[in-house]
Amino acid sequence: MKEAAAQLWVEKYRPRAVSEVAHQEEVVATLQKAVKEPAGRGDLPHLLLYGPPGTGKTSTALALCRDLFGPQHYRSRVLELNASDERGIKVVRDKIKVFAQIAVVSNVNTKGPDGKTYPCPPYKIIILDEADAITRDAQTALRRTMEVYSRVTRFIIICNYVSRIIGPLASRCAKFRFNPLPMDAMKGHMRRIAKDEGVKVSDETLKFLIHSSDGDLRKAINTMQSAHRMQSDTDLDMDSISAAACLVPPSVVAAFDKATTAKGHTNTSVRKAVDEILSEGYSPIQLLAQYADRLNRRTQSEGVSKMNDMQKASLALVIASAEKALIDGCDEKIQLYDVASSISRIAHAPEDIQVLKVV
Amino acid sequence: MSTEGLLWVDKHRPSTFSELSYHSVLTKNLQSLSNTEVPHLLFYGPSGAGKRTRVHCVLRALFGQVVEKKKVVHRTLKVETKQIEVTTVASAHHIEVNPSESGNNDRLVVQELIKDMASSAPLDMKKSLKVIVLHDVDQMSQLAQQALRRTMERYSKTCRVIMVAESITKVLEPLRSRCLGIRVALPSKSDIGVVLQSVAHKEGITLPDALVQRIAETSGRNLRRALLQFEATRVSVGALELPSDAQVMLGDWEYVCQDLAVMLTRSQTAHQLIAVRKKLQELLAHAVPGDVILRRLLEEILRIADDEICPEICRVAAKFDRNLTKGTKPIFHLEAFAARFMQIYAAFLKQQAAMMD
Ligand SMILES: Nc1ncnc2c1ncn2[C@@H]1O[C@H](COP(=O)(O)OP(=O)(O)OP(=O)(O)O)[C@@H](O)[C@H]1O
Ligand SMILES: [Mg+2]
Repeated sequence: MKEAAAQLWVEKYRPRAVSEVAHQEEVVATLQKAVKEPAGRGDLPHLLLYGPPGTGKTSTALALCRDLFGPQHYRSRVLELNASDERGIKVVRDKIKVFAQIAVVSNVNTKGPDGKTYPCPPYKIIILDEADAITRDAQTALRRTMEVYSRVTRFIIICNYVSRIIGPLASRCAKFRFNPLPMDAMKGHMRRIAKDEGVKVSDETLKFLIHSSDGDLRKAINTMQSAHRMQSDTDLDMDSISAAACLVPPSVVAAFDKATTAKGHTNTSVRKAVDEILSEGYSPIQLLAQYADRLNRRTQSEGVSKMNDMQKASLALVIASAEKALIDGCDEKIQLYDVASSISRIAHAPEDIQVLKVV
Repeated sequence: MSTEGLLWVDKHRPSTFSELSYHSVLTKNLQSLSNTEVPHLLFYGPSGAGKRTRVHCVLRALFGQVVEKKKVVHRTLKVETKQIEVTTVASAHHIEVNPSESGNNDRLVVQELIKDMASSAPLDMKKSLKVIVLHDVDQMSQLAQQALRRTMERYSKTCRVIMVAESITKVLEPLRSRCLGIRVALPSKSDIGVVLQSVAHKEGITLPDALVQRIAETSGRNLRRALLQFEATRVSVGALELPSDAQVMLGDWEYVCQDLAVMLTRSQTAHQLIAVRKKLQELLAHAVPGDVILRRLLEEILRIADDEICPEICRVAAKFDRNLTKGTKPIFHLEAFAARFMQIYAAFLKQQAAMMD
């Protein structure tokens, strides 16, 4: 039988205290102030934390609660509800009601088992994580609940897209945007983990890894752990990272570019390039994203980067509509055939491009 | 276990890493990942590439032979007033389910099964690792996908999620962020040849190389299809020695698509369009999905159409593919595509004729 799962690094290195959260300075400063203020003032507002995956939203909320209540009172003071819990209006309201109605005991022993003293302010915290999935109706109902219990509870609402939260709810909260982590912040964090875990990774590879994670620290850590597992005795290299991060290798994007713009190609060879990419299982959406990157580069002297602005503009239109179609669930092959054959047509008959707009 | 009556695709499915024949680098990587530190995994790649087989090999490496003892369990989940039927496959260490089969209830299925799994671990087994395998996650609703997020983090000490999808486009970003992506490419034609020959060997069949070539070609590098075609060909020949020129069996609908392409290029009249529509309707009546028909039809058309008009045909196909995805009546959009193609093709022929004069 297998032992307990060895810990995932993302969990092992999840910040325990607000002060350990990397980069998100604004929210960290505000929250640290809230923790330091003398207990009992109750001046923590409701919070709305939003931003892309893996930037520290859940971690910050949990760390804040730990800073406030310590391990001893955490359970009685914090209610965590997330998208895996039942989100019907009634269920949420009832759960919150039951939780909020039990009065907070004042004058609690604020010394934790670890000997530290925690502020233990006289309110409870309700964390609504992954709130993107809460229906508008349920949100409207929540608004009322928030008001009813506002003296004894604080809400922390967490989501990826702030637009999914209805205005009246959002306006009751102090809003904090979590930004994708920049290179430097990530690098410091990753270096520390690499050192602790004995991962050998060159600066260049680490940069590539971070770049390919798009500001998502969780992804970067996960990728490093997996790549490390796959080749624990050697230094990490770019190939293993490309694979672990679901990227289309740059060489494949380059080959696609060449196949669609090179002289002397035929429609058959263009489609063959598409077939090949799909057979390899690369993600078409990822391909389009990386291809668009290439299109926007000015320094290159071959393929799509050599096109004139008019060509590039009409190509951007084609790519945009294909990306939307793919998200909507259209057929990957049909859409990529369209993109690829449009590229080749635009590349070879620049004067003909207006034809592409009208179908 | 008795293998009597099993299709060759199932009968000869490898169950350990050492039996896997292609993608050796991937196999090596999976092997080194299959220990207690295994992360959440997201297998993705085209249908017929061998994702399911590899998932099984991971389970086998994690837990040993006991995962072979799996049972199909039909369960009824009672949630509030609803009763939801789900079919799961489970061993002592893992459970497999395809939540998208439950349609709009997929979120409830995910929630209930995970709750179950997290709470069902007896105290002394608390330390053992459990794996939940979710198939077709790209078909799961957004809500169901959302429901996995925090759960994957919260139970990560005892529970791993292995997800399988054809394409990661429709897998939510927060989910992708929580998993290690494992891309499984289709096997190459020669990879397919190797597998076919090894199955032929085990079944005591003589399989000429020329026939292997043709099966590999028509299968479109889809291994499952290649094996099914091989078995169908074997059945239709009815002997252990297959001739090199044996006909490779395609699905009926594929022949129909071939016919359709020919019809559309042969004549472009209202009359012909009616005949085309009738065939399209037949295909749909046989439960061939609209997008599958459109894709195959496009492929067949591009095979015979002149290079010059291919980009335009692709444009038009992409447009009707979008309409088809949004709409509810596939026949409208398929017919519209056929009509539009006729128009393009007729104009092209006319232009050609004018140039001849
Ligand atoms: N700002 C950060 N500082 C330190 N660690 C971080 C930070 N952001 C992310 N991490 C790391 O990534 C992991 C996931 O972070 P977290 O759960 O906070 O993400 P999230 O913003 O809630 O993402 P999601 O939107 O996907 O739920 C953490 O366990 C931690 O290891
Ligand atoms: Mg989170």
